[in-house]
Amino acid sequence: MSPFLAEWWDLRDLGNLVGAILDWIGDRGAPSWVPYVLSGIIGIAAVLLWALLSQLAFIWIERRVLGRMQVRLGPNRVGPWGLLQPLADALKVLAKEMVTPSNADRILYWLAPVAVVVPAILVLAVFPFSPGMVVADLNVGVLYIVAVTSTATIAVFMAGWASSNKYSLLGAMRTVAMLISYEVVQVLALLSATAFTGSMRLLDVVAWQDRYNAWLLFLQPLALLSFIIASAVEVNRTPSDIAEAESEIVAGYHTEYGGIRWGMFQLAEYVAGFAVAATITTLWLGGWTLWGLEEWVPGWLIFLAKLYGTFFLFIWLRGTLPRVRIDQLMGFAWKFLLPLMLLNVLLVGAERVVWAETEAPAGVVLPAFAVLNLALTVAMIVGWGALAGGLRPQMRPKRPLLVREVGGIYYQPMP
Amino acid sequence: MEDVGSVVAFWALSVMTLGAALVTALVRDLVRAVVALVVSFLGVAGLFVLLSADFLGVAQVLIYAGAISVLIVFAIVLTPRAARDNAETAMRWPALALAGALAGLVIAVALATDWGEGAREGFRETASAIGEALLNRYVLPFEVASVLLLAAMLGAIVLVRED
Repeated sequence: MSPFLAEWWDLRDLGNLVGAILDWIGDRGAPSWVPYVLSGIIGIAAVLLWALLSQLAFIWIERRVLGRMQVRLGPNRVGPWGLLQPLADALKVLAKEMVTPSNADRILYWLAPVAVVVPAILVLAVFPFSPGMVVADLNVGVLYIVAVTSTATIAVFMAGWASSNKYSLLGAMRTVAMLISYEVVQVLALLSATAFTGSMRLLDVVAWQDRYNAWLLFLQPLALLSFIIASAVEVNRTPSDIAEAESEIVAGYHTEYGGIRWGMFQLAEYVAGFAVAATITTLWLGGWTLWGLEEWVPGWLIFLAKLYGTFFLFIWLRGTLPRVRIDQLMGFAWKFLLPLMLLNVLLVGAERVVWAETEAPAGVVLPAFAVLNLALTVAMIVGWGALAGGLRPQMRPKRPLLVREVGGIYYQPMP
Repeated sequence: MEDVGSVVAFWALSVMTLGAALVTALVRDLVRAVVALVVSFLGVAGLFVLLSADFLGVAQVLIYAGAISVLIVFAIVLTPRAARDNAETAMRWPALALAGALAGLVIAVALATDWGEGAREGFRETASAIGEALLNRYVLPFEVASVLLLAAMLGAIVLVRED
């Protein structure tokens, strides 16, 4: 499984250590299911611990960095440089009273924070931190990421609906519309990447990039760009956080949530952000490989460095860009990103066929594709922008054909 | 399906699927019904995974739990007073008859099928096999389905087109 499967003390891959422990238990005559269950528990515990610790760290980093970008101090009172601020926040969130609105749908209101967190954590199972460090090595890994993240949509709607608050419902409807639109773009971007490597197993995708010494970043720049934009929408980060736009609709779908329930939404948002960064790292940035450096530095450290760098990009975007309007965001998905991604998928298919038919060596084909795709990316963005930029939307409200024919929506007044 | 884990998983998933389906049919509030329906879909996905149909399981989550449920949510939210008081409708008995006929059909097929394939080995890679089948042998139904979806999209656009 691992290219450098070695002794337990070889910490280039922590999977070696776990494997040694499990073998030791197996040798002591335990039934065969014990190491199996134990490996699952160890993996889940490790991933959860990592996610929570990273979140604590990044709450502080994000607030300090945003403070610096916006020429203010950021948290600096609790501990040296405000380092203990996340801990203080966590304690505060745990200790706060949880208020339930009297008109709320109690079952759904209680269920929604749980239903938001579960998929966010489940996604982390498929990411290979290094060859031996993956909780669930699925051969449909890429599809699993999309599938599990897509179930968060209904959970967010539950939160907004059950709160029985108009701002919550507005936020929930915005989220549902956004997630459905950008999911299409996201799936097409992932399709472009996996069509190039010919496998949906994340380990194979990384191995492919390692074998040809070519990160998909160079081969699929347009797909990466679309994925970053779509992911920023999916995880509700600021250029597109209109689902919880404080200046418009208080806090969107979690307006009515407080205490640890609110903390659950916050946790889900951060963990989903890490999952997105991990997806980008694995699919486009070569995962745990770094052109031979993984022989000397533990692969999981390289993976984490890339992951945190990608996550920092999202913080940077948040500090830099203003929030867009909902109609702008929806129009951007359907009129700009979607046509370009469809063209990109077609391009990937054509390139795969050309590569297979000519049987040219990878050293010739891949650089040619990289240059071609970069040129086409720039050409498509500039060209489509010039073309679509001229099409101004007509803001005059008109009655749709259906409404005119039927004579308005039938609405029975309350008795 | 000899080992304990598979049997326990099968029964747990079956109870989850059928129980959630029952809640979907009986609950009065449509939004709660949608949530129960999602749980039922997830149970079906689990059953697919148990049958080593990993691609089908993940596609079930992606399409049914992730997309179809949101479609139903849109339908509920865009319909006035759809969320409550929806039991009294004239279509109650025809719907019951149709559901009964469908259940009878499924049971008949299940009884007529020879289930002696339990000892077969699990599939290795289903994703590529399904892809090959869809684009080679079953390419015509696949294309017909895509044309049907395109026609549905065009119909929706024509209906809401502004005059």
